[in-house]
Amino acid sequence: MSTTLDRIAALSDEARAAIAGAGTTAALEELRVGYLGRKAELPNLLRGVAQLAPEERGLVGKAANQARKELEALIEERGSTLAAGELDARLVADAVDVTLPGTPAQAVGRLHVLTATRREIEDVFCGLGFTVVEGPEVELVHYNFDALNHDPAHPARGRSDTFYVRRPQSVLDAVGPDPAQEVVLRTHTSPMQPRAMAAQAPPIAIIVPGRVYRRDSDATHTPQFHQIEGLAVDEDITLADLKGTLLAFARAIFGDERDVRLRPHFFPFTEPSVEVDVSCFQCGGTGALPRTGARCNLCKGTGWLEILGSGMVDPNVLGMVPTGEYDPERWQGFAFGMGVERIAMLKHAVPDLRLFYDNDLRFLAQFG
Amino acid sequence: MRLPLSWLHDHVAPDLTPRELATRLAMTGTEVDRIDHHGVDALEHFVVGKVLTCVQHPDADRLRVCTVDLGDGGEPAQIVCGAPNVAAGQTVAVARPGSIMPDGTKLKASKLRGQTSAGMILAEDEVALGDDHAGIMELDGTLAAGTPLADVLPISDTVLELEVTPNRPDCLGVYGVAREVHAATGAPLGAPPWADDPHPAGDGIPGVSITVEVPELNPRFTARAYEDVTIGPSPAWLRARLLAAGIRTINNVVDITNYVMWLTGQPLHAFDLDRVAGGTLNVRRARDGEKLLTLDDVERTLDPDVLVIEDADGPTSIAGVMGGQRSEVQAGTTRVLMEVATWDGPNMNRTMAKLQLRSEAGARNEKGLAPEQALEAQAVASRLMVELTGATPVGGTIDVGGPGAAPQVIRLRDARVVSLLGAPIDRATSSGILTALGFGVREADDGLDVTVPPFRRLDVTREADLIEEVARLNGFDALPSTIPENRTGFPGRLTPQQRLRRRAEDVLVGRGLAEAVGWSFTEPALLDRLRIPEGHRLRQVVELENPMSEAQSILRPTIVGSLLDVAAHNAARGQGDVAIFESGTVYLRHGDPAQPLADEHHALAALVTGPMSPASWRGGTGPLADVFAAKGLLEAVAEALRVELSFKACADWPFLHPGRTAEVLLGGTRVGFVGEVHPAVAAGWDLAGRPVGLFAVNLEQLVAAAPEVVAYRDVTSFPAVRQDLAVVVPDTVPAADVAALVAQVADEVRIFDVYAGEQVGPGKTSVALRVAFRAKDRTLAEEDIARLRGKLVKRLEKELGGELRG
Repeated sequence: MSTTLDRIAALSDEARAAIAGAGTTAALEELRVGYLGRKAELPNLLRGVAQLAPEERGLVGKAANQARKELEALIEERGSTLAAGELDARLVADAVDVTLPGTPAQAVGRLHVLTATRREIEDVFCGLGFTVVEGPEVELVHYNFDALNHDPAHPARGRSDTFYVRRPQSVLDAVGPDPAQEVVLRTHTSPMQPRAMAAQAPPIAIIVPGRVYRRDSDATHTPQFHQIEGLAVDEDITLADLKGTLLAFARAIFGDERDVRLRPHFFPFTEPSVEVDVSCFQCGGTGALPRTGARCNLCKGTGWLEILGSGMVDPNVLGMVPTGEYDPERWQGFAFGMGVERIAMLKHAVPDLRLFYDNDLRFLAQFG
Repeated sequence: MRLPLSWLHDHVAPDLTPRELATRLAMTGTEVDRIDHHGVDALEHFVVGKVLTCVQHPDADRLRVCTVDLGDGGEPAQIVCGAPNVAAGQTVAVARPGSIMPDGTKLKASKLRGQTSAGMILAEDEVALGDDHAGIMELDGTLAAGTPLADVLPISDTVLELEVTPNRPDCLGVYGVAREVHAATGAPLGAPPWADDPHPAGDGIPGVSITVEVPELNPRFTARAYEDVTIGPSPAWLRARLLAAGIRTINNVVDITNYVMWLTGQPLHAFDLDRVAGGTLNVRRARDGEKLLTLDDVERTLDPDVLVIEDADGPTSIAGVMGGQRSEVQAGTTRVLMEVATWDGPNMNRTMAKLQLRSEAGARNEKGLAPEQALEAQAVASRLMVELTGATPVGGTIDVGGPGAAPQVIRLRDARVVSLLGAPIDRATSSGILTALGFGVREADDGLDVTVPPFRRLDVTREADLIEEVARLNGFDALPSTIPENRTGFPGRLTPQQRLRRRAEDVLVGRGLAEAVGWSFTEPALLDRLRIPEGHRLRQVVELENPMSEAQSILRPTIVGSLLDVAAHNAARGQGDVAIFESGTVYLRHGDPAQPLADEHHALAALVTGPMSPASWRGGTGPLADVFAAKGLLEAVAEALRVELSFKACADWPFLHPGRTAEVLLGGTRVGFVGEVHPAVAAGWDLAGRPVGLFAVNLEQLVAAAPEVVAYRDVTSFPAVRQDLAVVVPDTVPAADVAALVAQVADEVRIFDVYAGEQVGPGKTSVALRVAFRAKDRTLAEEDIARLRGKLVKRLEKELGGELRG
């Protein structure tokens, strides 16, 4: 009897040492098969318990069982340690140069800076309660000038300032010599003021983005550019409302610290008319650069940047709305018009207007 | 309008620096474009000198060497002078070294042919007093040497360049600006320069008669006559002012007309009375084809829209714009007829546009001046004619038309001021501002009764105009910033169409395309470059009457030209791999021949050429972009908008590859095309060699078809059975037809392989599709699938002549 028990103890000692010394999970697996597998000695001792004398059975069976459980636990434990170490080693061997670029290379598209700027402005005014409407670029003189209270001699009507569209004989036959029926490329987005008011009774609050055209071409003028018109008419809209609305706009686009000022001006379709300046965002409105004290090159030392023209809608414009719904004694409001290029140039320090229309990929990639 | 400050200071002299004054003017409505220095600088170096000796230069025939006493107590200065008239004993104007000349250069002591010269004896053009360089100026001999030259001659001035708005022709005169400065600064305003009229009373001039045939276009015509006139140069002070104002000096009479115009804003014209045939002037419309030689030496052909002033021999002036040569004042003139008249502004504007002739006079007359201004100008001119030309008035004043309508009185309600501005301006402040601007003011119950002066008659006609006057001078700084309440009943938002348009653009941006913004203008030759045949709809372009150039003389009928231009521009700069799109308007003449406006629609177009994805270190680039690259982009747009497009081979676009183009259909309607640019067309933009994929669609039609609201579709109830099918069809059958047929039996049909070759036999194509079989009400069993496949086999056989091979 003692020989069997001794054998169990010896096997256990031997196995313990071997497990502790196993260097890999593969070696450990061999040990498991060797000590605990179907053909191994210890399980066979257990299976042979039945042939032992009854008094031995209990002792031997218990000892063999204990030894098996102990070895199983040791193998399990050693296995975990080895597996973790082996995984670590594999991962180290599996390292890559993570500074290489992602694949496949992704082309990133961009909106044109004019579109991005236009959308940004649209979103600001949507937040202020304006809806966005659009209108034709090829426009009647009636809407472009007459309905906007332009004097018949206003220089903007001239062939030197405005593009006129050639009308085929069939149109001339249909409309006759009425100069209001002449056709121009709209010189501003303002013709949508009378168009929108004719289509919608007051109150109204709209902005009108779109392309406009003037006969001018140099670093600060292109014959085509983009404007955003604004119009708000109600019974009690004031010049102070215009100032507040444009202040909110200026802060949204140019930063929360901005201020605006109104400067009197003249436009045929607003009265009073004002030009709006925003405090310079480069020098903070001081006219001098903060660190060097040098004259600010953006605002030319004035502390202010001109951004748009505006004013209170001229009573004549309201009175001319053919539905008669805009009686100027009852309704009043403001209108403004800004150049998208101008805003984008200021905001992104684009030096030359023509860059917007060159569409050089190196330019397009910078914005949007 | 150039405003010399010395001239302004005759009438109003605010205690402000030029920059402060410019800012104040800008903040009250008169923009100052720039502040200009006229004449010389470093005034301390300009002095009166006495020429002590003057000898021939030893080494130069044309130079003299002078010694000049400069009154500084030191040695006389040696100055070399080239003027033929310099002589000992003269009192002269001298610029010492350190002087800054009108062109900005600094004078230095120098050596001329070996002789030192410590300064310069001045001719009038050298100090911007005229254009005479024939000789040096000889000054009054009683002046002491060393007297500062600036005390003697107007050699330096500051000039404000004003941007006068078109409603304010009164500010195209120095006195008008002075009135504005008075109102803006509070500095006292001098009496109007026309306050005293020295001219003899009377309403006739012996031997002169004036008639006006068109009083509606010439509301007032006044004339005065002078004899004993001596034509000569104007005095230095007058020339200095005109030169500072940017006007050439001619002779005293012409200079007087210009000076008075600059002062009063009212143009004048001087006739040589001896050359006014018959002593008669008549204002009438020109006859068709009538010709006149104007002062600028151009023969003008006129028509009845143009007004002429004629004498007994015919037209002698273009009324209000420019005189004619025949009656021009010249060297021997002794009798002058001074015309000052009021013209219809729009007529003047049209005349100048028609004749392509602009003048300072016309630029004022086109604004519409007040008839009252005519006699103001006559009064100032009378005084100057007598003082500067020795003239004697002849007779009184002929006045045809007389003053304008009685002044308008407008009520300015206190309540209206608040309701329009959003803040009050008290009545006393308004009253003060209006009075300073020359308005008459009387208290009324609820505000002020305001009388509009003649020089603001056209500009100020309503209460709103008065509110502008008081608001602009009161300033806007005190105005609060408020946000109006939105009572429209609608939130601020984009329309569904605008949102979808953004979505479409964003899809292309998300696929790596850069957005371009092209020109609406293009050249007529574009249509030939795109090989568009005569009679094609794309030839019905919108043409401009007055383009800036041939290259910009029509509006683009398609975005294709714009995209090709952008691709070519970038290819020429070594950036030939291009993936761009534009979302913008295209223009055609309206389909209705009586409609004056154009047929405009918002188009979306994309162009791709070069590898479809950037090169990667893991190997290669994508395949070259072609028709399928363009189609994939368009399909992505359609998928994003949830519109179903179909494609059909089509060769209707001559600028596209005839075998690689499809028309794009939306519910049977053509909405655009997708294809590859025809290689011959691509070569025209230097884009040959690689395919150029292109699509263009009418985005408005796509957006209109897109659902605004999407309703839920069940996704979870019963699983689908996914299978791959291989369908073999004759190679004349478009893949889209196979997919469409399969889609009638199965869902999620996607073509993933196409094969033509030995294994399927000649004239056949195998199309592999991945599909999902599913039913709404149950999980499909194997026999269900078999039945569906059986159905498919029959229909493929019957409708397409094809078979299912797996």
